[in-house]
Amino acid sequence: MSNKSVHKTGLQWLGLGLFCLALLLFTAMLGLESYTITSDVLPEGSNKYQKAAIAKAAKDLDFTGQTFGSPFEVKSAYHEVFTKAQGALEATFEKSGAPDDLGEWDFKLGDGYFKDQLFPLIRSSSTGPITANPWLWFGLTFGLGILGGLLYILPKFSADPGIKNDHIYHSPLTRGLTLTWRSVFLGFTIIGVLAYGVTYMSGQWVWPAVTAGVAILISVLIFIVQNSAKHTPQRSASPDMASGTLGILGGTYLIVFYLLLYWSPYLITPWVIMVNPLTEFLSGGSASQWSVYGTLYTVIVLVMGVRMWSKYQHNKYQLVRTGSVMFFQTGFAFLIPDLMSRLGGPSVDLKLIWPLDYSFFFDWNLNSLLDSGTFGIFLLGWGVALIVIGVPVLTYFYGKRWYCSWVCGCGGLAETMGDPYRQLSDKSMRAWKYERFIIHGVLVAAIVMTAAVLYHFFTGNAQIWIFNAYDIRKWYGFLIGAGFAGVVGTGFYPLMGNRTWCRFGCPLAAYLGLVQRYKSKFRITTNGSQCISCGNCSTYCEMGIDVRYYAQRGQDIVRSSCVGCGVCSAVCPRGVLRLENGDDTDQFRADETRAIHITADSVGIL
Amino acid sequence: MHIVIIGNGIAGVTAARHLRKQSQHEITMISGESEFHYSRPALMYSYMGHMRSEDLKPYEDWFWEKNRINLKRAWVETIRFNEKQLVFADGSTMNYDKLVLAVGSTTSYYDWPGQDLDGVHGMVTLQDVEAMERHSEERLKRAVIVGGGLIGIEMAECFHTRQIPVSFLVREESYWNRVLPPDESTMVTKHIQRKHGIDLRLETELSEIWGDGDGKVKMAVAKGGEKFPCEFVGISAGVKPNIEWLSFSELELGRGIKVNDHLETNLKDVYAIGDCAELIEPQPGRRPIEAIWYTGRMMGETVAYNILGKPTPYRPGIFFNSAKFFDLEYQVYGSTPNELPENQSWFYWQHPTEDKAIRLYWSKASKAVLGFHLMGIRYRHEVCEAWIANETNINEVVEHLGLANFDPEFYEEHEEAIVSAFNAQEGTSIKLKSKRGLSGVQRFLKKLTSKSTARV
Repeated sequence: MSNKSVHKTGLQWLGLGLFCLALLLFTAMLGLESYTITSDVLPEGSNKYQKAAIAKAAKDLDFTGQTFGSPFEVKSAYHEVFTKAQGALEATFEKSGAPDDLGEWDFKLGDGYFKDQLFPLIRSSSTGPITANPWLWFGLTFGLGILGGLLYILPKFSADPGIKNDHIYHSPLTRGLTLTWRSVFLGFTIIGVLAYGVTYMSGQWVWPAVTAGVAILISVLIFIVQNSAKHTPQRSASPDMASGTLGILGGTYLIVFYLLLYWSPYLITPWVIMVNPLTEFLSGGSASQWSVYGTLYTVIVLVMGVRMWSKYQHNKYQLVRTGSVMFFQTGFAFLIPDLMSRLGGPSVDLKLIWPLDYSFFFDWNLNSLLDSGTFGIFLLGWGVALIVIGVPVLTYFYGKRWYCSWVCGCGGLAETMGDPYRQLSDKSMRAWKYERFIIHGVLVAAIVMTAAVLYHFFTGNAQIWIFNAYDIRKWYGFLIGAGFAGVVGTGFYPLMGNRTWCRFGCPLAAYLGLVQRYKSKFRITTNGSQCISCGNCSTYCEMGIDVRYYAQRGQDIVRSSCVGCGVCSAVCPRGVLRLENGDDTDQFRADETRAIHITADSVGIL
Repeated sequence: MHIVIIGNGIAGVTAARHLRKQSQHEITMISGESEFHYSRPALMYSYMGHMRSEDLKPYEDWFWEKNRINLKRAWVETIRFNEKQLVFADGSTMNYDKLVLAVGSTTSYYDWPGQDLDGVHGMVTLQDVEAMERHSEERLKRAVIVGGGLIGIEMAECFHTRQIPVSFLVREESYWNRVLPPDESTMVTKHIQRKHGIDLRLETELSEIWGDGDGKVKMAVAKGGEKFPCEFVGISAGVKPNIEWLSFSELELGRGIKVNDHLETNLKDVYAIGDCAELIEPQPGRRPIEAIWYTGRMMGETVAYNILGKPTPYRPGIFFNSAKFFDLEYQVYGSTPNELPENQSWFYWQHPTEDKAIRLYWSKASKAVLGFHLMGIRYRHEVCEAWIANETNINEVVEHLGLANFDPEFYEEHEEAIVSAFNAQEGTSIKLKSKRGLSGVQRFLKKLTSKSTARV
């Protein structure tokens, strides 16, 4: 029985063990705290009447003074308290109306307040090993994880520089799922997200229904109108069996992580408590679930970035590019925003661009920038300049890669943590059809949503015909911002490849792609006739481009989706592909007719 | 008209695609080896787990139906040329109007005792790789590879990825020195020797293979008697045209199927292309049989013109090839003999520490550049070909050498060092005028096109 995995040294096994231990502790710590309710931690409401009602209900129901073993118990007990307080205020209002000229809804407790206060309640009532010693736990999880990861990764630098793709399709972590199983996972996730969306939109089923309708329409167009039902997608990057077991586990873990992060942060307060000292140190403020996410994200990009360096030692483009995404994540996404809030100004990620940054034109953001004096105006101008000047100009000269695989945070994670899964992108014609419908659909949705939000901002009128600007932006944020970019985009790395969001969903990628496709110097050139059609380029294209289709014809590759990661060129065994910025008037080079061919009077490459 | 192509390798498939592009005739492509066309040079990547076997297929499976190219999975037993009829292994028949033989190569065996044992294989077909996989999974602990060609080193790399120790028996005193010039051959030899677990045995030839009594390989014995215990013997002592099954017929055979300039055999309406074809009159400097991917592709297109009544002589143009030895890339353009011919000069530059080298060939009399031989550095096909085709003076080539560089962005450009080494050898004082980059190449190519209308 031969060894179908890359040889690992003892040190590497140790590193792997430490990493697994860290992951185990990271997961287990969510259950280690207990929750003691004191009068100090009770939600204070927005006025003294609400505060008193909650305090009274808590006392009556013996909520205060109790210790709970899990956030679930706190939630259900607090729900009783809240309902009781709500009832009491309701009764007072019915009897005597609101005191102090308060409006009805300023006086009563709205349902939303329950959700809003659950996280702070649980967080502040938390007691136990993590609250007692957050740095220790930080060390046991982040520290041990980083140490284990580096012990595993650093020995790889001693290998000879060269293509390192051995056994990727032998490994249960990276070989992916069959099309059927992948569809099952994706189907359940989509249905789950839409179903939860009804609750999220407070029972309004119209937006989930519209979304489902659009999804069905796209499928009908592709399968029936464009005749894809007849074409079995061979290039769907699935193994022979559903044997990517570790990948399924990893994907499931990530999906659950995102569900908790976005929609049930009250369950992950131990993580927030753990990173709190670090956040306080950096920004001067207290941590939220986004601090956990930001710290984790940055650490992963850095450690897995070192892994990229070890893997692509033979390719300097990869070394420089990986350094760039590590820099932008650490500096622009992680440290600078914290520094900005320490200085008391608005805290923004300077490299985020609308429409990826879909909340840029939201009223609260515009107001916050407009209220922050010259610096705020500068930030507003910077954001707009990136959209109208930065994107077209830089994309014209360098292609969309300047952003997607050099600067962007989503791209940064995809290119580091996601690198082991790049081969799982679906290269079938059918997937390409889905890609074009969905990504441009999201771009349109982002523009429409933003137009509605701006209409509201300038006119003060949220109602546009039968649509409400708040609902539109809420649904966009839920579906695209969280569901697509997070749950599916990253959760599906081990199931559908590392650029699922960038390829199918990102509206900024769509915008950059249109510029790249129609007005850019960037292309991937093919070295004459040297292609041997081996397919490594297509297999390792994270964007699902069938690179070989072009390369074997000697065609330049000009595709809107190409993020210019350069891996096709780095894994080509014959040095056939090169990312270049050239004269964009030579469009024939990318022409379909530029097939390698032989004319009647001569045999040549062109 | 019914055009039948036997063989679905790169030659056959290229012929079929060009026939379809230019005609509405019925096209049938037959293969016993695989249901669909796959990239033969990529076989190693499926064994190494870089790709799934499906990924070796350059076209999605529906491509063939959409382009009305009938595929038939069957072995052809005999051909009744007089009746224009094929007979399949199951006894069924098929008629053709035009026949293209694109039947490829098979592994060369040299009548070694024991070569029929279970565990002796080349790496040419899908079945060969399946056998490698089966043996690896069952009992393979040590492998012996015989012959220092390109397939041998690929097999060595395959086993290397599974941590199977390999004894690599090479007849020559340095790896592939029949083709590579001495410095490059030494470089590759050293590169192989650095690989842990690869035991390169130079000047060692296979004498016989011993079985274990159950018909399975147990030992390879070299001439001189040294014994190599092993469970698998990989054979890579060259390939030969797959023509034994045709030897009964009136088809004219040499080492391959004899074809004229238009790729026609001695029989009417029967053509041969690719590895199996032997040109009666090859172009000057070219071999009659070239078992190379690129040759198959060019012949495939040429034969399509000839079948469709547009007589086109086979003109493979300026030679080019590429390969990879473990991590070391290799490219050649033009004529690059391993020994310097009387009437030529050459220049060699090697990187002081890395496995990178470049060798330029030119004519002593005319100073025209003749060839580029590259190790670990990528050069641009279009540019090298244009220089060779235009018989560009070697000094001008060196002056603009950067134009040819095709290494990825941020790679170190060695052209400055190369130019000064060239100046030192030739006593010239050339200054490098062009750097790497597409824009310069586009200007260069445009200027050429406007100068000569012959090239389209």
